[in-house]
Amino acid sequence: MSHAPRTARGTSRPGAPEAHAEDDVVLSREESRAVRRRSLRLLAELIRPVRVRFWATLGMVVVSQATKAAGPAIIALGVDRALPALLHGDSLLVWLTGAAYLAAALTTAGLTAGYVTSTAKLSQAMLLDLRVRVFRHTQRLSLDFHEHYTSGRIISRQTSDLEALRELLDSGVSSLVSGILFMLFTAATVFLLDWPSGFIMLTAAAPMFALARWYQKRSQVAYRASRVASARLIVHFVETMTGIRAVKAFRKEAENNEVFGGLAEDYRKVTARSIQLNGILQPGLVLIGNVTVAVVLLVAGLRVLDGTLAVGVLLALVLSVKRFYQPVADMAMFYNSFQSAQAALEKVSGLLEEVPTVVPPRDPTPLPDPRGEVRFDRVEFGYGEGPVVLPEFSLDIPAGQTVALVGATGAGKSTLAKLIARFYDVTSGAVMLDGVDLRRLSTTDLRRAVVMVTQEAFLFSGSVADNIALGRPTATRAEVEAAAKAVGAHDFIEALPEGYDTDVNKRGGRVSAGQRQLISFARAFLAAPAVLILDEATSSLDIPSERLVQAGLAKLLAQRERTAIIIAHRLSTVEIADRVLVMDGGRIVEDGTPEELIRGGGRFAALHGAWRESLV
Amino acid sequence: MPVKAPAREQIPFRRSLARLAPEARRIIPRLVAGLGVGLSASVLAVLVPQVFRAIIDTLLRAGATPSAVVSAAVVVLIMGVLEALLTFLRRIFVLDPATNVEASLRVTLYRHLQLLPVSFHDRWGSGQLLSRAMTDLNMLRRWLAFGAIYLVISITTVIVGIAMLFTISWQLALIFLAAAVPISIYSFRFRRQFVAASRRSQDQAGDLATAVEESVHGIRVLKAFGRSREALENFTLQAEELRATEVTKARHLAVFSMVVTLLPELALGTGLMVGLWLAATNQITVGALAAFFATAAAVANPVEMSGALVGMALTAKTAIDRHYEVRDEPVSIADPKEPRRLARPRGALAFRSVRFAYEPSRSRSAERKDDGARPVLRDIDLELVPGETMALVGLTGSGKSTLLQLVPRLYEVSGGSVEIDGVDVRSLALSDLRRIVSVAFEDTTLFSTSVRDNVLLGASTREGPEAEALLQEALDVAQAHFAYSLPEGVDTRIGEEGLSLSGGQRQRIALARAIAAKPAVLVLDDPLSALDVATEERVEARLRQVLAETTTLIVAHRPSTVALADRVALLRDGVIDDVGTHSELLARNSHYRYVIASLDTAPRDLDSELEAGDLDDLEEAR
Ligand SMILES: Nc1ncnc2c1ncn2[C@@H]1O[C@H](COP(=O)(O)OP(=O)(O)OP(=O)(O)O)[C@@H](O)[C@H]1O
Ligand SMILES: Nc1ncnc2c1ncn2[C@@H]1O[C@H](COP(=O)(O)OP(=O)(O)OP(=O)(O)O)[C@@H](O)[C@H]1O
Ligand SMILES: [Mg+2]
Ligand SMILES: [Mg+2]
Repeated sequence: MSHAPRTARGTSRPGAPEAHAEDDVVLSREESRAVRRRSLRLLAELIRPVRVRFWATLGMVVVSQATKAAGPAIIALGVDRALPALLHGDSLLVWLTGAAYLAAALTTAGLTAGYVTSTAKLSQAMLLDLRVRVFRHTQRLSLDFHEHYTSGRIISRQTSDLEALRELLDSGVSSLVSGILFMLFTAATVFLLDWPSGFIMLTAAAPMFALARWYQKRSQVAYRASRVASARLIVHFVETMTGIRAVKAFRKEAENNEVFGGLAEDYRKVTARSIQLNGILQPGLVLIGNVTVAVVLLVAGLRVLDGTLAVGVLLALVLSVKRFYQPVADMAMFYNSFQSAQAALEKVSGLLEEVPTVVPPRDPTPLPDPRGEVRFDRVEFGYGEGPVVLPEFSLDIPAGQTVALVGATGAGKSTLAKLIARFYDVTSGAVMLDGVDLRRLSTTDLRRAVVMVTQEAFLFSGSVADNIALGRPTATRAEVEAAAKAVGAHDFIEALPEGYDTDVNKRGGRVSAGQRQLISFARAFLAAPAVLILDEATSSLDIPSERLVQAGLAKLLAQRERTAIIIAHRLSTVEIADRVLVMDGGRIVEDGTPEELIRGGGRFAALHGAWRESLV
Repeated sequence: MPVKAPAREQIPFRRSLARLAPEARRIIPRLVAGLGVGLSASVLAVLVPQVFRAIIDTLLRAGATPSAVVSAAVVVLIMGVLEALLTFLRRIFVLDPATNVEASLRVTLYRHLQLLPVSFHDRWGSGQLLSRAMTDLNMLRRWLAFGAIYLVISITTVIVGIAMLFTISWQLALIFLAAAVPISIYSFRFRRQFVAASRRSQDQAGDLATAVEESVHGIRVLKAFGRSREALENFTLQAEELRATEVTKARHLAVFSMVVTLLPELALGTGLMVGLWLAATNQITVGALAAFFATAAAVANPVEMSGALVGMALTAKTAIDRHYEVRDEPVSIADPKEPRRLARPRGALAFRSVRFAYEPSRSRSAERKDDGARPVLRDIDLELVPGETMALVGLTGSGKSTLLQLVPRLYEVSGGSVEIDGVDVRSLALSDLRRIVSVAFEDTTLFSTSVRDNVLLGASTREGPEAEALLQEALDVAQAHFAYSLPEGVDTRIGEEGLSLSGGQRQRIALARAIAAKPAVLVLDDPLSALDVATEERVEARLRQVLAETTTLIVAHRPSTVALADRVALLRDGVIDDVGTHSELLARNSHYRYVIASLDTAPRDLDSELEAGDLDDLEEAR
């Protein structure tokens, strides 16, 4: 299988923006077969849990079709039998046929309502299943994946791709089933009436099949292209909307309009292309059907002249053959939405097949009571296949130590910290917590033991309290408030219009940058892990708030033995540290207590000196 | 979630549709042509059986020759080909207009969204906007290309069919027509319910997209705290709500389908009995009875289909409503009618009695408080002379960023004015204003393009040696030399679709971007917060040279940044508390000392002016 789930790193060559294998439109034969198999497998998996409903729905469709077909038969019965009976003064049969007709109508209507609801339930259950699966999987995927896949693509998988599937599920199945049934019945009738005509009808299947094949090949490419174009459109859209301030401030609007106009036109073109293809398929099928009717008429008509066929049969034949092709339009529609859904499923299943590079172990080593000793054992690390960011090093951080990590920007501080939180796995060597390799810990144990406040303070839309409680969802309101108090966030939160229940808006836009950091900090405070990593968690704070945070932090660290790794450019933070690590170019170049390093007169001493200088 | 659709009054279908008129006008001829062709195809399909009958009549007559059969077959063939051709033509006619309307509405929406003020975007999640730009318009397109035409064809068929029924037997036709009364009464209710449900489902789908977007953008936080499961649970709840709405919607549709299937059939069942009696009493012929039922079946079919078609139409209506809801949002920050021009901006920046309050959030309980519109900035008076660098200092949440964003008019003042060279910023064209003013935000936003394009985003030239020099200088000032050592140098793609950078690297690129624009007024929001002391010092040294001729307003949290500035403005409680040089303020303003001084040796009495609460906390902290 050539379309092996690529490791996230493989294709994401920096500077090669459209390197997504995702975005390929024309696939080789094997690739195409592989993705088709993959998407059909996904479809089958989605149907499995709802198969009972699936068959029940089909059953309802079949029965309702049958009762619907019974209507004309009952009318015929009425005209042929009940009318003569009525003429003879016997009205029983009239009542009977009337009742039968009503019963059939009632059944048809009831079942129609039944299968419309049932189809919706079916399709919604499958969509829910798929939505949750995709969500769960994207959450599971590692950061290196998210760094190149982009949020827009994931959103497009979750929205427009799922929409395509939904269309198939909602409208397709019942029309397909009733269509097939209808055609089967009609075909049987034709064969019973006159098998040579039936045979002519069958030969028409050959060009139809060829047309369908032709359509399938082209439409697959077209629909795939349409999925890709819509994803591009969405990626651009989301990027614009999330960066709207910068867009406005730097007058990017005109440029964006042009780009978006181009993307929208691309999308329009591929959409139009797929509709066009269907616009050839459908009339093509109609044409083949109509030609067949003409041929049947010719052949059967000549045979009537020969006297080998009765005229009545001829009429029945041509009418049946004509009717045989009636559902073809519906089937073409179905085929169309099937192709579209398949292209979408290809993309979704591709996403689902991405393998997280950071995976929890199958049989984890339990760590119920972490102490917080961190050890880097001959660790080397580089992002993906990029250059080595942290050349091989070893480092021991005993439990309970407060370590300050300082160094120039881009030195690798955040990278080192992210390794402890296992955002990425090391390229070689091992990071250990209490002597256990991080790769041997379950996610629950790891996240209970290690919490990292990242450089960007991200808030989710929702209340302040919800955002803080993210640190520990079971926390009571009192605990949430205590955490906020401890970091000095309580006052400003209380001052918000609805206090802790104020909605912080998307991305926490409702509060200031510093307030955002305070809330993130309170979150970590509430989590109170054995190992706390703070990556410039106070960079946007004013000095008094920073002091409050530090005091809170000192208290938290004193509470029980807790390891802290603090990255900060403001060396005030360093003062509560037991130990300082200075990084440069990915290496730890100095290591010691603050006093030692200051006395030693190295880089840290210089940094510290410069920092003292700057204070007032 | 932002933007829960408030219970709104339902807009009548016709009015919703009318909103499309400007877009639709261009395409109406082709839509009508498509409709005409579609109708002809239906007529043709009805005619073919008549031809069969005629042929058979010929065959039945004695002396029919093979040539008659052949010519009959040829006629059928021609009609068949014609039918296929008409089907083909219908699609050709409708294809372009429908997709064009879709694309043009989408682009218009996008343009409008870019024009809408930041305060609008604060309120609306991008998923919600996205669902309006993509899903809704897709539905609309499908309806225009397919649903609308079929709806008209169906209605026509029904009307013509009923007219024919009357010519066959008025008694039976009346019975059949009687079914229409409850249907139309019921359809009224159905329409209301279905529109409400479809509105809810489309809104929920938008919110769901927003949730997806957040979960992806906040993935680091979710991972750092191991909260993926909670996020999943929330998402599942939300997705289940959507499912429930969809099922409700389907139920309404199902009941409607049932009614429209059942009532005509009930009428026909009754008609059958009455018809038999009529035939028995010789009021109509048996042939007429058969003809009546054949025609009635042809009418019942489109009536049955109407459930789906009406559902589709109503969904399209909701899509139109949702689309125009965004389009109707006023562009409250726009170019003035007669913009003034600053030929050679000097960069004198002044705030005159500026007042600003954020729009009260429109959340559910917004009415609870006194409109929530407490002003963040109450009475700001501040003047920067050209070339001056002014530091803006204040506590977290005091409104520094808010004040800065008033300059490029990302938000609009609620009172007073911001002036550049004595000209109110509101009387400048936005593009001019934003050319004069350049910003570096506290949260860096980089776009998915090369480093070069990111830096030169606001620059006057993007290409040529001049641009190259500009790029070089900007990167040098921001100390972003690392850009040259990226895999493809300054052509490396960064941003979401490109290479990830470290926090300080991102900040420096954003700073370089602000500088490369060569503005007269530079607005920097804590631009050095993610830099280490050494880099910061170098940046400052270079910045100082650059800033010599540029008026700069720079938010500072640290004394080191303040050192860049000629003067310092202290923001407190929504007013400028004090302006002066760093040392002046340090000497005379205790609040300033409180905000900026971090030496432990700071005099104790510094805190004497603090509010009691602050003091307690501080005490506790020590
Ligand atoms: N996700 C990533 N993928 C690829 N390279 C990365 C990624 N994140 C960081 N880098 C690179 O790795 C190096 C170290 O980055 P890191 O974020 O660890 O720096 P840092 O010391 O935290 O800097 P800062 O103080 O600016 O935050 C930088 O050169 C950066 O460009
Ligand atoms: N979009 C918004 N809607 C409502 N209120 C807001 C909004 N943005 C900010 N605020 C409030 O306005 C006040 C000022 O916010 P602003 O971002 O200007 O503060 P700041 O001085 O820049 O703080 P920081 O130093 O933390 O960046 C804060 O109390 C904040 O809660
Ligand atoms: Mg960092
Ligand atoms: Mg701010």
